[in-house]
Amino acid sequence: MKKLFSLVVTAALAVTSLFAFAGCSSASQGGSGASEFKVGAIYINSQNDTSGYTYAHHHGITEAMKTVGLDPSKDLYIVDNVPEDDEKVKQAIDQLAGNGCDIIFGISFGYINAMEEKAKEYPDIIFSHATGYLSNDKNFNNYFGRIYQARYLAGIAAGYKSLATGNNNIGYVSAWGTEYAETCSGINGFALGAMSVNPDAKISVYEIFTWGDQELERQAAETLIDTYGCGVIAQHCDSAQPQIVANEKGVYGCGYNSDMTAEAPEAHLTAPIWNWDAYYATAMKAAMTDPSTFMTAVGNYYEGLNAGLVDVSALSKNCEPETKEAIDLAKNLMKSGEWDVFSGVKLSFSGAAGSVAVAKTDSALIANDGKEIVVAGGPSVDDGVIQGSMNYYVEGVTQVN
Amino acid sequence: MLDVFTLFLFNIIVYNIPLLYGTTGEIMIEKSGSLNLGVEGTMAIGAVAGYLVGAKTDSLFVAVLVSFIASGLVGLLFSFLTVTLQANQNVTGLTITTFGVAFYYFIGNALSNSKGGWPKLSGTALDAQSQALHIPGLSDIPVVGKALFSHGILVYFGIIIAILMWLYFKKTVPGLKLRAIGENPAAADSLGVNVALYKYTHIIIGSGIMGIGGLYMGLNMGGTFEGSNCWINGYGWISIALVIFANWSPAKALLGTLVFGFFNTLRVQNAALAYVFPNTLGWLTKIPSHFFSALPFIITLLVLIISSMTSKDKSGEPQAIGRNYYREDR
Repeated sequence: MKKLFSLVVTAALAVTSLFAFAGCSSASQGGSGASEFKVGAIYINSQNDTSGYTYAHHHGITEAMKTVGLDPSKDLYIVDNVPEDDEKVKQAIDQLAGNGCDIIFGISFGYINAMEEKAKEYPDIIFSHATGYLSNDKNFNNYFGRIYQARYLAGIAAGYKSLATGNNNIGYVSAWGTEYAETCSGINGFALGAMSVNPDAKISVYEIFTWGDQELERQAAETLIDTYGCGVIAQHCDSAQPQIVANEKGVYGCGYNSDMTAEAPEAHLTAPIWNWDAYYATAMKAAMTDPSTFMTAVGNYYEGLNAGLVDVSALSKNCEPETKEAIDLAKNLMKSGEWDVFSGVKLSFSGAAGSVAVAKTDSALIANDGKEIVVAGGPSVDDGVIQGSMNYYVEGVTQVN
Repeated sequence: MLDVFTLFLFNIIVYNIPLLYGTTGEIMIEKSGSLNLGVEGTMAIGAVAGYLVGAKTDSLFVAVLVSFIASGLVGLLFSFLTVTLQANQNVTGLTITTFGVAFYYFIGNALSNSKGGWPKLSGTALDAQSQALHIPGLSDIPVVGKALFSHGILVYFGIIIAILMWLYFKKTVPGLKLRAIGENPAAADSLGVNVALYKYTHIIIGSGIMGIGGLYMGLNMGGTFEGSNCWINGYGWISIALVIFANWSPAKALLGTLVFGFFNTLRVQNAALAYVFPNTLGWLTKIPSHFFSALPFIITLLVLIISSMTSKDKSGEPQAIGRNYYREDR
């Protein structure tokens, strides 16, 4: 009897904790929809996150739905905490298809194969995949943005700070290095921005080999500050730890994904951020108008400052006075399409606050092993390279580990 | 700025002391003959409860007390299930881990989404009280002063717990009775030792100690909650392995923490060492970083292999570990 009772209690506890997990893992917000159009979303982390990657997408999707006249509480179906595992992603897609979704967004890179396969199985549903490179000509596209443009702008803020403090060493805590074009182009964009203000700036990259590990991010930032003497810490990783460490140690920093001034009030300058709603509104509008023309109307989407998809967060009080003008000048050049980061033309900024001027000079884009990537005055590196195959650092960047 | 050597020594302690809390807590539980695999979850619950109440009351003392009590309650649950109801210890422990980590995310996400948000640490009295102490004289010694004698109070508290526990096992009568229960509960019972009471008490205290370790990790991360990254970060599991490394001795747990901490720190600092000492340590950069990441776990495996090959006489492993004691079976 005692044994039976204990079995029941243990089982009850196990089931309760399972529910605690399941509560986060597959809660969908949808109810019986009133309107026709339904949106599906597959997230890598929880829809309840309050910062970070999944939060940025969830926020973008709900904002875009309001813009196009949909009600996120009724018309949005979510499967969250879906790992990058083909079987799990396929199950999530089947679930969303069963809910009657008209368009399904998958936000993580590793969803790529499952989405491609399921796009064939459900030809009437539009599949839209963030950060990927696969697509078809009917109902499957990919979308991403020129975040390197925003990183260039953050680099300008870091460059001014390094001039003001007289410390040319700038650190960069990065999830990955040259293995992923996304991290690599981000590092290069940031470095070129910093060097446009301070040509002597040296960017030291510490790679942590994971997208998120608070403790490693923290220790990497400590090492960059203490051993490599960095006076500004930029980052491409999930948590705000690098900024918190910069704050503790009295140096400066540029966050990522959200304005991290709240976490590091005395350190944070500005952060490259995503406004995903710019894309989501475009995609939803096109799919609501005529799904059959989605691939011609939207197609594979790769926009930047011009579409408002990327930007930098509001400049904090820690920024140098020249920063805002210089960032605005660079932003306008990129918005108009007149100039882009990875071209054979370099920007340089001069002048005091109130009269900051930008100059363009033809200058080759050189990798840190001396190889010439773009000749002086040459056109920008292909989008395909920036998105998919950039695997070199530009001159001035060193990976320390 | 710290020189690379000082930072290395400093980090061995500052990032790895939670292992000492986890290990000593688990040793206390295992010495009573119970195997608790719920360290990760117990630490997570202690961390989140202690931090939140500590932030509310703005007191490190309250934070420590609450994390001890919260994790102690988890220990009480474990004791009730395994001692009174005779449930399988492995399954119960694993359930507690699953439950504890999920509880951490559940509370954290709910609070982050609420109006006031997750309480911030920076600038509070709690933050000030958990900062490094300045010990006159000792803290001013070059290198060693910063590396060994400039830590927060919880670092020293963890070391004191380990020493006291060692004395308790070696020198006191209750410690002797506890060890007897771990070796042979039926024999201890026949000599009039209240087996259930001893198990309950030590499982609760051991779990409470783990909770303080969890709180320490939260404070060390600046008290920021991440929706996808738990403070405990696998340290609970490593603690379970360290119990074997330490051969069930709290004193050796201190040594194990330092050895493990050395490799854990090398994982992060290898490039910096090679950069500062290119001639003597330049070779470190030739080793892929992934090897350093795997190193602590390779060491754990080696320790498990070696400890399983050495003779049973010298082993501190309680003979009755993992088996529930049922009086009527005697």
